[in-house]
Order: sequence, then C-alpha cells, then structure tokens
Amino acid sequence: MADTTMAYAHSDPHRLRGIPHAAVVHEGPAPKRIVTGFGFWIFLLSDIVMFSCFFATYAVLVDQTAGGPNGSELFDLRRVAVETVLLLLSSFTCGLANIAADIRNKPWFQVSMAATCVLGLAFLYLEATEFADLVARGAGPTRSAFLTAFFSLVGCHGLHVSAGILWLLTMMAQVFAKGFRADIGRRIMCFALFWHALDIIWVAVFSVVYLLGSKP
Amino acid sequence: MFGKLSWSAIPIDQPIPMIASGVVGLVILGVLAWVVLAGHLPYLWREWITSVDHKRIGVMYTLLATVMLLRGFADALMMRSQQAVAFQSQGYLPPEHYNQIFSAHGTIMIFFVAMPFVIGLMNLVVPLQLGVRDVAFPTLNSVGFWLTATGALLVNISLVVGEFARTGWLPYPPLSELTYSPGVGVDYYLWALQISGVGTLVAGINLVTTVLKLRTRGMTYLRMPMFCWTTLASNLLIVAAFPILTATLAMLILDRYFGFHFFTNEAGGNVMMFMNLIWAWGHPEVYILVLPAFGIFSEVVSTFSGKPLFGYRSMVLATMAICVISFMVWLHHFFTMGAGPYVNAIFGIASMIIAVPTGVKIYNWLFTMYGGRVRFDTPMLWAIGFMVTFILGGLTGVLVAVPPADFLLHNSLFLVAHFHNVIIGGVLFGAFAGYAYWFPKAFGFRLHEGLGKAAFWCWLIGFYVAFMPLYALGFLGMTRRMQHYDVPEWRPWLLIAAVGAIIILIGIAFQIMQLVVSIRHREALRDRTGDPWDGRSLEWATASPPPVFNFAILPDVSGEDAYWSLKAHARQQDLEKREPNYKDIEMPRNSPTGFICAFFATIMGFALIWHIWWMVAAGAIGAFATFVAFAWRDHDEYVIPAKEVARIDRANIEERRALISLAGA
Repeated sequence: MADTTMAYAHSDPHRLRGIPHAAVVHEGPAPKRIVTGFGFWIFLLSDIVMFSCFFATYAVLVDQTAGGPNGSELFDLRRVAVETVLLLLSSFTCGLANIAADIRNKPWFQVSMAATCVLGLAFLYLEATEFADLVARGAGPTRSAFLTAFFSLVGCHGLHVSAGILWLLTMMAQVFAKGFRADIGRRIMCFALFWHALDIIWVAVFSVVYLLGSKP
Repeated sequence: MFGKLSWSAIPIDQPIPMIASGVVGLVILGVLAWVVLAGHLPYLWREWITSVDHKRIGVMYTLLATVMLLRGFADALMMRSQQAVAFQSQGYLPPEHYNQIFSAHGTIMIFFVAMPFVIGLMNLVVPLQLGVRDVAFPTLNSVGFWLTATGALLVNISLVVGEFARTGWLPYPPLSELTYSPGVGVDYYLWALQISGVGTLVAGINLVTTVLKLRTRGMTYLRMPMFCWTTLASNLLIVAAFPILTATLAMLILDRYFGFHFFTNEAGGNVMMFMNLIWAWGHPEVYILVLPAFGIFSEVVSTFSGKPLFGYRSMVLATMAICVISFMVWLHHFFTMGAGPYVNAIFGIASMIIAVPTGVKIYNWLFTMYGGRVRFDTPMLWAIGFMVTFILGGLTGVLVAVPPADFLLHNSLFLVAHFHNVIIGGVLFGAFAGYAYWFPKAFGFRLHEGLGKAAFWCWLIGFYVAFMPLYALGFLGMTRRMQHYDVPEWRPWLLIAAVGAIIILIGIAFQIMQLVVSIRHREALRDRTGDPWDGRSLEWATASPPPVFNFAILPDVSGEDAYWSLKAHARQQDLEKREPNYKDIEMPRNSPTGFICAFFATIMGFALIWHIWWMVAAGAIGAFATFVAFAWRDHDEYVIPAKEVARIDRANIEERRALISLAGA
C-alpha cells in the first residue's frame, strides 16, 4: 500500500481545516426509549404527510360541487364545536394516563384511559351521525367531488381515531394483564403521541374544513 | 360467498399466461417439495423466515428482488419480441395481454426489483457500517419484508387468477377508473402496492431511526461512510414520499369501490390532480432508488482505488441537496398538461438544477480514482460502466427537462430510453455492484470473478444495443406502449433492440451460472479474514458472514474510514494482540410475527381484490391478533454469554492477525 494513503488514514482527511473540533462527540447508540419515541415521531410525520394530501385534494375540489350543496349549506358548527371539545378533553385525559403510567399508578391509568375511550367514542358517534345526516339529505360522498373530498378527509381522521381506540383498549388490557413493563411503557408513550397528533390534525380539519367552509 | 371470483377468472383459453404460470407453479412446488423432503423446513423457519436479524432480512429482500427480476425481464423479452415481429401484423400478443405485460413489467421492476434490492443492501450493510448490532426495530423490519413479499405474491397471483392492470405502471385515470377498467387488474395493482407500500414505509422509518439514533461510539455524522448518508437521504425520502402514494392510491380505491369522484370525469373530479399527486411521490421515488446506488458506488470506487473518497463533504452536501430538490421537480413529468409557460419554466429549471449535485458526485468519483491504484474487480467494473452510462442518461434527462423539447419527446420511446438509461445504468448497475461487493460479507465466500466480468460485459453491451435504438425511434416519432405499427423505418431499430435484449439475457444467464458455480466452489472462494477487498469501513472489521451480534465489542471510531485507520494502527503498533474484555450480549429473539402478519395481509388483499368481504374481515382480525400476540410475549431478548462471544471472536482475530503479518512481511 502506498505511503500516502496510510498518511491519509491517520489524518482524518476531511476534518474542516481551522476548526479542529468541528465534529461533535458521539457517545454511541441511544437508549431504547429514545429510539422508539424517535421512530414513532418519524411515523407521525409520515402520517401527517398523508393527511396533507387529503387536505390538498380538499382544497382543489372544494368548489367542485357539481350543482350540489356546498359547505355553508351543510355544516352544523354547533355539533363540530362539541366534537372539538370532546377530542381536546380526551387529549387531556390521555395526558393524565401518560402521567399515571410514568408514576406506575394502575388505577389512575385505567380510569384516565377509560375516560379517553369514552370521549373518543362520543366524538366518533357525533361524526357518524353527521355523516348519516348528510347521506340522508342526499349529500353523500358520491354526490360531488367536493363531498368526496370532505368525506375522505374527515373520514380518514375518524378512521385514525377508531384505530386509536382499538390501540387504547389493547393497552388497557395489556397493563391490566402485565403491568407497567418497560416495553409496555414505550407503547403507552407512542399511543399518547398518536392521540395528541390526531388532535392537531383535528384542529386543522376544524379550521380548514368547517370554519372556512361555513362562510356563506 | 366468493364475491366476483368464479372459475371464469382463470384464463384457460390463453396459452401464454397458463403455460407461464404453470411453469412457475411447478418450480415453486418443486422447491417446496425439495425443502420439505430434504428436511430443510425447520431450519428455514427457525433461521430465516422468523429471523429478525438485519443481515438475514437483507439477504431475503435481495433474493426476492432477483427472483422478481427474472419475472420482470421475461416481460421485457416478450415486449421486445412482440415489437420485433408486429410490423404490419398483430404479432403474437393480443393487445389486452400486451398492455398487461408492459404494466406488469414497470410495476415489478420498480416496486419489486429495484426497491427490495436497494432496501436489502441497506439492511444488510448499514448497521455493520455504523458499528452496531442491529437496526432500530428488528421485528418491524421482518414485518416490512414480508409485506413486500405479499405485494409481489399478489402481482404474481394475477397471472393465474384474473388479470393484471392494463393501465401502465402508474394507473392514470380516467382509464383506471371503474368505467374504463371494470376488471380486477387495477385492483390487483392497487392492493399489491398498498400492502407492499406499508412494508416500504416501515423499512424507511426503521432505517432513518437506525442511522440517526444507533451509531457506535465516535461515529459522528461526518464520519459515517457515504452509503450511510445516502441511506439516510433515501429513507427520509421514503418517509416523506410514500404516504403520498398511499393517499393517492387510496383515493383511486375509493373511486373504484365506492363511486367517489376524486379523479372521475363526472361530478367535478379532477384527473390532473392524480398526475400531480402520483408524481409528487414518483419523482422522489427515482431518487429513493438511485441515491443508495450512489452510496454503493462511493464505497466501491474508494475501496478499489485504495483512497478515501474525494470531496466527502461535498458528497454529503450533494446527497442532501438532491434529497430536497427531488421534491421540487415533479411537474416535469407532464409539461404537456398546459400549466402555462411560467410553471413549466420553473420546473424545467429546477430539473436542470438537480443535475448539478449529481455532476458534483460524478467528479468526486473521478477524482477519487485519479492517482489511485485502481483494481478492476467486478464491483469496480460496474462502477465504471455506471459512470459512463449514467452521464449519458443524465444528459438526455436534461434534454427532456427543457419544456419545448419535452413537448416533442413526451411519451415517445426517447423517454423510455432515457429512464431505462438512468435506472439500469444507475440503480441496477449499483445493485449489481453492491451484490458483488458485499456478497462475501453476507456469505463468507466470493463470487466467481470471471463469470461476473462476463455478466458485466453482456449487460453493458446489451444495454447499449437494446436502448440506443429507442432514442433513435423516439426521434422518428414512435410512441411508447405500441402493440403493433405500420412504419417501415422503425423496424430495423426494433430488431436491433431485440438483439440487445438477448445479449442482456445472456448476461443474466452468466449471473445465474456465477451464483451456482460460486456456491459449488465455495471452499476455494472462501474469505477467512472478513476483509476480502482491503475495505475501509466497519463492515469489513468483523467476520464473514458476521456473527449474529455483528461486533463482539462495539468499535470506537476516531475518524473517517474507520476500519482503514484501525488496520493502519494495528500494523504499526500491533494493538490487536490485547484480549478485549468480552461481555454478555443481548439480542432480540426471532419472531414469526412478520410472516404470519403477511399471511393475513395476503388473504386480506386477495379478498379485497375480489370483493369477498367476510374474508377481508377475517384477514384484518388475523393481522391484528398477530400483533397483539406479539405484544403479549414476555421475553423478547436472549443472552449470548461472554464465553461464547469470546470463542467466536477469537477465531476471527486469529485470521486477521495472519493477514496483517502477511501484509507486513
């Protein structure tokens, strides 16, 4: 091997000249809780990208009512306000559950999770009645491109909430059966992140779809 | 009971798919019978199917890709031969069959060859290069692989049961809407891609987290090997772009299954919205594929030139620049949409700008070779072949990035020639370079060098003979996807292109021979040191194949080209004589979660395609139950005792010492 290449190897050839310690110190692999949380954040970001596609489609199709009704004729802001309160409250109880898990308090964890579940179900019930009302009035998703986009965006969020409730019940059962093991603790953390992210998306749905849409 | 499924779904009257699927079925049955009769099934189940070892999963990804490459290439041969004979005649493939073939070819080559090949290599190599024991989420990694396999399986089932899409590799509406494609072909496409798309997203999240959070001590970002950087960039793109594909295909599914109006002609649907969405995923996808290939070439060029990579930092910068700009060029896929001169100009300029970081990379590779003692082993041949071919493809890319030129070349064979030029010359050559380069690492013996070189030359020459005529045909006005034609001037070029396909076929034959011969002569080709190429990064610091825990002691990195400097130090100070302090190692236990989950996903996908709703529910419940069962298990790790670690590691150190004393002598 040529001597020059050996010399290269010792001198770390790509270090920034003049800034001797530009490269930060790295301590090695991160602990599991960090890794899991970080990975789940990445998943949430990807999920938000998916939602952004539905938002973009909604923005493109919002005026394509094909002679059918538009948002201001359909949306019932009072119902949506109740939905919003339910969901935001559920985020609060979900936060309580997370704290209960951190201090390993089983009863409080189960109570808070149950409350989160009830609030989530109430939200879903309201959303389902809204959808059923619209369909009964002849304003189902097949009526126009606007309604297609509306049902898909709001429905996609509702589907996420439903999946979240399934996850929530699984976590309640798991804590009941196994207690606060380290891996279960990491899952609870991810669930809480997921539930809060759904809230953020709902805030966007509320603003973009319902508030902007109910302008006459 | 069985939705749309009936006996008429099986195309008894069409000899070509029946014979093809019959042969495939016989091969699969033969392999299965051999596995069961020879008693390999328990071994396969224990060591491979349920494995959560990133190296095994990487190998399985690559195996899936090579098998699907044969399927996709068979489609290519049929297209080339059809166009060679279909001058003023119908040829031998009826239009509806020909349309399925070009759709299947594109779908398979992108989603089930190129994607699993690069993801496989990233899985195999990245944790080793980072000096760690596994990826961030080992079991999810297995789930991701098996879901990809599910997608591939569904595409192949469409050969026998029903039909595949006739809409091209991207199902443009309104053709792909129920009105114009009432069959199950598009549904096969949609569900195969949705399911494998979940797998890809999982792989992306996993690898991003691995690179960002799991690096050995001292492995700062700017000491990572180039392949880790391109892996990071590529997987960031996966995480950001694949959800767009999922959303877009979900919209098309809603249109087809429930009569929604996203992309229909009626009720205010917007067809061009599909083009925008699909290409907002589609263009980053191009870079998802080619960035890892760039990383492979960086490793190969540096190793076989015996020099550190020239301009490492500019390479990192170029990689991340491509990562960002790749999201700003999607509209160049449909300049002819009529968005107006300003929009077209902006996207045209962005498309040309993205050629700049790519050019930076080419110069870096050239300057890495300059002044080096270049060894022309097979991986290096692929790298050089790539540089020449890819520059050509890049230049024709800049040409079609000019909107006025694109108006003439849009949907012509010039375009087909261009993207094959960059995907074969870039991605596939990169995958083959990586295959030859890391095969000894994965299996502990090298591939036969002579046959590898023969395969390379056949591929290189075959590529030029097959695709240069397509450039000419594009100028002569031939559009893509023609089942037959009446223009006599086109015929000679199409005949030459068919010859090129045959030369590539010979190249593939050489590759299969190479694998067989190498396995038969594996003792002669054995690599005992774990460092057959005089490598520079940490994957060469461990044995070949690496033990399940990769490194007995996690390496402590103090500079770039970590293993190279380790070797240099060891030669001068003989540091390796010291016995390290071995400790117990915890590794994740194997799990059938991925396989079982994919089994249910296959059932669910098939049921969705044929509208068998009870089966959909059964599949979904099964998949969920699998995850719950996984979440319920009590022991997810096992311990390898320090003694065992020491025994495995000592053997490798002995071999390495022998190598060093040999080099020192």
